[in-house]
Amino acid sequence: MSTKEMNHLDKLEAQSVYILREAYANFKSLVMLWSIGKDSTVLLWLARKAFFSHVPFPLVHIDTNYKIPEMIQYRDRLALEYKLNMVYGQNTEALKNKQTYPDGTIDRLSCCKNLKTDALKNTLAGTWPRWRMDHNLKKYVPDEDKEPYTGVIVGARADEEGSRSKERYFSPRDKYSDWDVGDQPPELWNQFKTDFAPGTHIRIHPLLDWTELDIWEYIERESIPVVPLYFDQGKGERYRSLGCYPCTFPVKSTAKNIKEIIAELKTGKFKNIAERSGRAQDKEDGGLETLRKQGYM
Amino acid sequence: MENLIDKAKKLFGGETMNIDLMPKMNIVVVGHVDHGKSTLVGRLLADTDSLPQGKLDQVKADCQRNAKPFEYAFLLDALKDERAQGITIDTARCFFKSKKRQYIIIDAPGHIEFLKNMVSGAARAEAALLLIDAKEGIRENSKRHGYLLSMLGIKQITVCVNKMDLVSYSEEVFNQIEKDYRAFLQQIGVVPEQFIPIAAFHGDNMVLKSDKMPWYKGPSILEMLDQFKKAQPPENQVFRMPVQSIYKFTADGDDRRIIAGKVETGKISAGDDVIFLPSNKRCKVKTIEGFNIPAQKSVAAGHSTGVTLTEELYLQRGDIMCKLDETLPQVSSLLQVKLFWMNKRPLVMGKEYKLKIGTAKVSVYVKKINHVLDASNLNSAQKTQVERHDVAELVLETKTPVAFDLTGDIEATGRFVIVDEYDISGGGIITSMIRDEQADVRDQVVLREQKWDFSIVDRGARAKKYGHQPKFILLTGKVGVDKKTIAKEIEKDLFESGCKTYFLGIGNLLRGLDVDLDKKARGEHIRRMGEVAHIWMDAGLIVVATASNLNDEELRMLQEVVSRDQVMIVNVGKNEFRQGLVDVQLEANAPAAESVKKIRALLTEQKVFAV
Ligand SMILES: Nc1nc2c(ncn2[C@@H]2O[C@H](COP(=O)(O)OP(=O)(O)O)[C@@H](O)[C@H]2O)c(=O)[nH]1
Repeated sequence: MSTKEMNHLDKLEAQSVYILREAYANFKSLVMLWSIGKDSTVLLWLARKAFFSHVPFPLVHIDTNYKIPEMIQYRDRLALEYKLNMVYGQNTEALKNKQTYPDGTIDRLSCCKNLKTDALKNTLAGTWPRWRMDHNLKKYVPDEDKEPYTGVIVGARADEEGSRSKERYFSPRDKYSDWDVGDQPPELWNQFKTDFAPGTHIRIHPLLDWTELDIWEYIERESIPVVPLYFDQGKGERYRSLGCYPCTFPVKSTAKNIKEIIAELKTGKFKNIAERSGRAQDKEDGGLETLRKQGYM
Repeated sequence: MENLIDKAKKLFGGETMNIDLMPKMNIVVVGHVDHGKSTLVGRLLADTDSLPQGKLDQVKADCQRNAKPFEYAFLLDALKDERAQGITIDTARCFFKSKKRQYIIIDAPGHIEFLKNMVSGAARAEAALLLIDAKEGIRENSKRHGYLLSMLGIKQITVCVNKMDLVSYSEEVFNQIEKDYRAFLQQIGVVPEQFIPIAAFHGDNMVLKSDKMPWYKGPSILEMLDQFKKAQPPENQVFRMPVQSIYKFTADGDDRRIIAGKVETGKISAGDDVIFLPSNKRCKVKTIEGFNIPAQKSVAAGHSTGVTLTEELYLQRGDIMCKLDETLPQVSSLLQVKLFWMNKRPLVMGKEYKLKIGTAKVSVYVKKINHVLDASNLNSAQKTQVERHDVAELVLETKTPVAFDLTGDIEATGRFVIVDEYDISGGGIITSMIRDEQADVRDQVVLREQKWDFSIVDRGARAKKYGHQPKFILLTGKVGVDKKTIAKEIEKDLFESGCKTYFLGIGNLLRGLDVDLDKKARGEHIRRMGEVAHIWMDAGLIVVATASNLNDEELRMLQEVVSRDQVMIVNVGKNEFRQGLVDVQLEANAPAAESVKKIRALLTEQKVFAV
């Protein structure tokens, strides 16, 4: 009665789907962060797997206003096509007052803090305005709902960057979004922490076990649409990780499609180069770890 | 020593090898403190060329400068600080590779929350290396960790007898430790793959076979690791799928009602007869569902999937979906278990905890502590509580019965965790089932369900036509509190709003159905009332029944006879039932209209009218 053996992508998928369903079964006010990048797009796809083509929670995007324009077009195209409950938030004050790295005088890390970390915190908490896609009007309208989102699904991978590999699938943060690395709850036999003191927030990481190569192989297998910025458009460069245009730089590569990206990763070309090396903010003092302690994802 | 490293590098290193391509295996390294875990890990990293360039020499030079002996533990510490190479190692995991695959060591040793992390990691670990110091011999944690590994279900265990250099590479010392430790493992049902004599610090039998121990004919550590097998999901066992959720997403005209879950064992196909336990509901699988996959007729262990049924049964998360013609899981409220405890607060008797098994979550109490094991000698200590890092054998009592398998039969549905307040605090395995007071009735009900001959008109269709689900509303309380008036008023109220409903006083059965029974055969009278109600409910009715002076066990029996989630227990007057058993509490002399309103509200809340 033997069926086809599960390959490593099948296993990763089954586990991620299981985690997503556990999250949905246990948390009322659940959202998924969608950065438009390849990881969170795979996550979105896995949600459609888990819920049989539906996505039963809002997708939240933090719009820094400096995202590469193709990213926003792509976001809205998929939002309409998949009928997503699409919500975005923004630090309108900082943008208005030019407290940004590109337009102001502040450094990259502070800009990240303003446009991403603070915007994210306040969008999740409901303390700043949110905008929601109106599928009839096909455009964003101010969102009436001000309820805080307490369960947040994120596409972090353990192999991506050092501090992330201390995570659990279900990782609690206290009221202040603080993260106690030393005292992570045990997770055994697919039983996750789903009971919380009031005020606790939870981050859920269904992609923890995936690698960059897994992500691309899965994108290929499932034919998941991705932003074309990941491919070389003839200039001999492409983005490996997507972010804001003033701080994200392409890598040298002639990979023109998913197949070629996979082939390129397999040659070990980037073996000793961190995936986020095109992200300037990581390189500043303290970098990503500081950002993450503050609640960056 | 350097020579050996160079040789190993030539064999196992490879500048162009891309680790992303290789199959991966998670392993865990355990053992008593100072028996050499860090050394083993550090040495494996070094000998497989998995360290950042120059790191080893740098740490050695640092040690020399500070006039302290080099330790591999320092190397691991230094790696933790290595920011640029953050992708290679940190406190939680580190990587090394053989020719065959990449290994991920879960949690480098030495962490304060070691046990918690080891347990979290090890739950996903596929193999374990357990270290014993040849000179010091078997110590408390050698045994404790061995015991934990067995409870965690890690089957591939290799015991490394370390620091062989300190015992002159003596075969006798090695053999003695192997003999003693094997005997210990046998007591807990573990058969280790191999015992390997090593000197981790010097690299003996780590990657290459050592010439210092010609008497040892087995594999080196790395060779052994490469012999470990990747587990495949157990497809050849009976089918088990704990129900994660029931989905009905109506967007875009989707009218599928999908029972979602992960197939833990076995295989299910469209057309199979299934039963959901412990709620005892039977049905047939209509389709296997999925997104962006070709249509499939069946699905096997390991997959997260979903099925639709031929009928719209009322189901809940937590039940286990099983195949009717296969061995079914046990159902009981009493469990004999082995457990390990991780919380600073001890596990005590009399306190309410939550038990999570599969997708079910129920209240649980410690009924009896058989003994707390002293892991160092497996002797039992008479304790009245289970402290952090203790391993114990207990009897647990759940508030409502749960479905489970014995760990020996099916792992996935035979192990559980215990939640104390908000934290997962203990884990355990079920070693045997204890029949509780309802076991006989339950057996009979399972048989009844298996043999029940269903009509073409299914339960869902009936509910749709009648505008409500079936329900058993049972009013109880002392003799003299006016239950019947309330019951009849409910019946009238439901009837007038178009429901199919019927009043049943237990006395109505006495001179008919129960005429053969002795008046004192209370239990049987009550069981028969339950069976009558069950038939009416199968016919789609809301049955409103009364019976005086019922006790906890009698209520539980009725819950078994009539499915638990279809029973609403209403107590009139003083409530002396066990907490949580009564759904609606009414005052003895409250106006009937008010009581009817309360019950109605709960029926609505329980979605009885939502069809
Ligand atoms: N002589 C000798 N000492 C060893 C060997 N392996 C480890 N050690 C020493 O034993 C001590 C404890 O080792 P460590 O790896 O820190 O143990 P852990 O606490 O289990 O991680 C250290 O001083 C090591 O250098 C060995 O093979 N031979």
